[in-house]
Amino acid sequence: MRKHFGRYFALIALFALAGLILFACGQQQEKSAEATKEAAPVEKAIEPVKLGVAGAHSGDLASYGIPTVRAAELIVKKRNAMSGACGRQIELLVEDDVCKPEVATNTATKLVTDGANVVVGHICSGATKAALGIYKESGIIAMSPSATNPALTQSGDYPNFYRTIASDDAQARLEVDFALDVLKFKKIAVLHDKGDYGKGLAEFAKGFLENDSRAEVVLYEGITPGAVDYSAVVQKIKRSEAEAVIFGGYHPEASKLVQQMRNKAMDTVFISDDGVKDDTFIKVAGEFAEGVYATGPVDTSSNPIAIEAVEMHKKEYGEEPGAFFLNAYAATLALLNAVEKSGSTDYDVLTKTLQSEWVATPLGIIKFDEKGDAIGVGFAMYQVQNGQYVTVEF
Amino acid sequence: MDYFLELFLGGLTRGSIYALIALGYTMVYGIIELINFAHGEIYMIGAFTGLIVISVLTMLGWNSIAIIILAALIAMLYSAAYGFTIEKIAYKPLRGSQRLSALISAIGMSLFLQNYVLLAQTSNFLPYPNLIPTWDFLKPVGHIVRSTEIVIYIAAALVMVALTYLIKFTRMGKAMRAVAQDRDMSMLVGVDVNRVISFTFIIGSSIAALGGVLVASHIGQVNFYVGFIAGIKAFVAAVLGGIGSMPGAVLGSLVLGWTESFFTGYISSDYEDVFAFVFLVLILIFRPAGILGRSDTDKV
Repeated sequence: MRKHFGRYFALIALFALAGLILFACGQQQEKSAEATKEAAPVEKAIEPVKLGVAGAHSGDLASYGIPTVRAAELIVKKRNAMSGACGRQIELLVEDDVCKPEVATNTATKLVTDGANVVVGHICSGATKAALGIYKESGIIAMSPSATNPALTQSGDYPNFYRTIASDDAQARLEVDFALDVLKFKKIAVLHDKGDYGKGLAEFAKGFLENDSRAEVVLYEGITPGAVDYSAVVQKIKRSEAEAVIFGGYHPEASKLVQQMRNKAMDTVFISDDGVKDDTFIKVAGEFAEGVYATGPVDTSSNPIAIEAVEMHKKEYGEEPGAFFLNAYAATLALLNAVEKSGSTDYDVLTKTLQSEWVATPLGIIKFDEKGDAIGVGFAMYQVQNGQYVTVEF
Repeated sequence: MDYFLELFLGGLTRGSIYALIALGYTMVYGIIELINFAHGEIYMIGAFTGLIVISVLTMLGWNSIAIIILAALIAMLYSAAYGFTIEKIAYKPLRGSQRLSALISAIGMSLFLQNYVLLAQTSNFLPYPNLIPTWDFLKPVGHIVRSTEIVIYIAAALVMVALTYLIKFTRMGKAMRAVAQDRDMSMLVGVDVNRVISFTFIIGSSIAALGGVLVASHIGQVNFYVGFIAGIKAFVAAVLGGIGSMPGAVLGSLVLGWTESFFTGYISSDYEDVFAFVFLVLILIFRPAGILGRSDTDKV
């Protein structure tokens, strides 16, 4: 019953949104009719909107880039069958960068010369960074479904960059905020498994904690993955009198750590990442898993747009969509929505629209902050309760 | 002081875990001078076999002490069969050839067994039940040492004593020592060399399986890869103590366990392995044959 209600509600919301879009378009046309003095608006209206799609479409990392092309193709096909964007047809310009920075600059130059209005891409952080300078000079907005390097948005170097994926440090930020704001801890131990993923997260968490006067990092250690036991590290945590452990790593080490802590009669709170938000963790750690916190991507499995997008993909390509498909779908929708609502492909107008208008996407209803990160996309906190991960609202 | 004691006991546990694997390693090396890389995999197969037996018997509702004893026995038998077969398939045909060929064959066997378990069982981690109940008299110190750990200490000590007795004071032990000294000569005086070597593998493998069941029960999880890392560490411990010597394997394991535990406790766990191996290098510089190893001069 609840589920049905949710679906109807979403449907109503969709209709309402569609109404808004039509309304916005109408408004814009009136506006442009008023402003006939401006350079050739009539011709511009017939010209198609050129949507660039850049990323790895061949080579080792093609599996990361192809789903983005498919997402764009699906949306463009659907939109063009209806009315395009504000009566303008949408044209796809697909360019390959094989995820290499040196190729990405050429890809970007090609898209700019071909007259792309907006770009979905690139896929890899390194290639994205290389291409962004070129788009910036030409006043083109780029939106990546997958580039997670924090500096891309946070440095402020690329005001033309947006993304529909949370940055690498988003999980660490959430873990630290949760430990300090909700649980109000003062002494925190940060551990990691020495791997790229775990250590990266732990370093961010440590940095955030050190910049916050409310808590101190009482222990910062890397543990050896696969070691027969962790009793020495567990004793060290105990001696540090930490109230919580923030662990960056995967579930095999996490379950050993939690089990050994509980065996030594320690009730230290355990907070970890989406490497631990896995049912295997609960299965292996058993009763010791109870109460463990872990961050994980916001659940999109009941989002009607996501369900529709996946169905369309299966119908068109006969298989389950690949990596970042929903993020790419969201990016394409967000860009086309901004073009539709503002009726323009002008850089300043689009920037304003992206940052002010909410748009319904497979990832939820989102808009973008000034730096270009999506608000409403990202991670949620989960806790193991009665053998299941349950979202913690705070 | 409490902290020191806790680290000491933690190191003792780790050392005893290494010792249970290192004993089999060092015995096989002592008799046929082969580094049996598949030994870690036998340990892992023992743990898996134990898990299967435990699951079945738990469903039948047996008493937990009976389950763990029976699981350990069946795992030991099953792994002994594996050890026997591996020797016949992978090492015996190469017995006359260079030592390097047998070593490569051992590495191949290790990879084969890992992947066999990966395919036959699962790549996931599986939960391992802790069947040794917490004893009442341990409750006050339950946060320092648990009953499973005590069982591991006792098992390592008993196995060491039993093996030393077996090698030093029994008829089979005498035959083993003879084969170790000069295989051709012992054959001439009527020692059944094939039987002695098979026996060595059977004993070594069943000890590894006992270790597998106890350690997995202590750690609470198992997957196809656990034998590899444990095997490497046990090998280091055996070399540290003097490969071929039973008390040496136990001493080497304890030294390695304590080194890791104290280094982690007082300095940092980031370089735990680095420090353990630096320590190994240092000991080998000053005592090339290991702590308790005898340096035999090669016969000319």
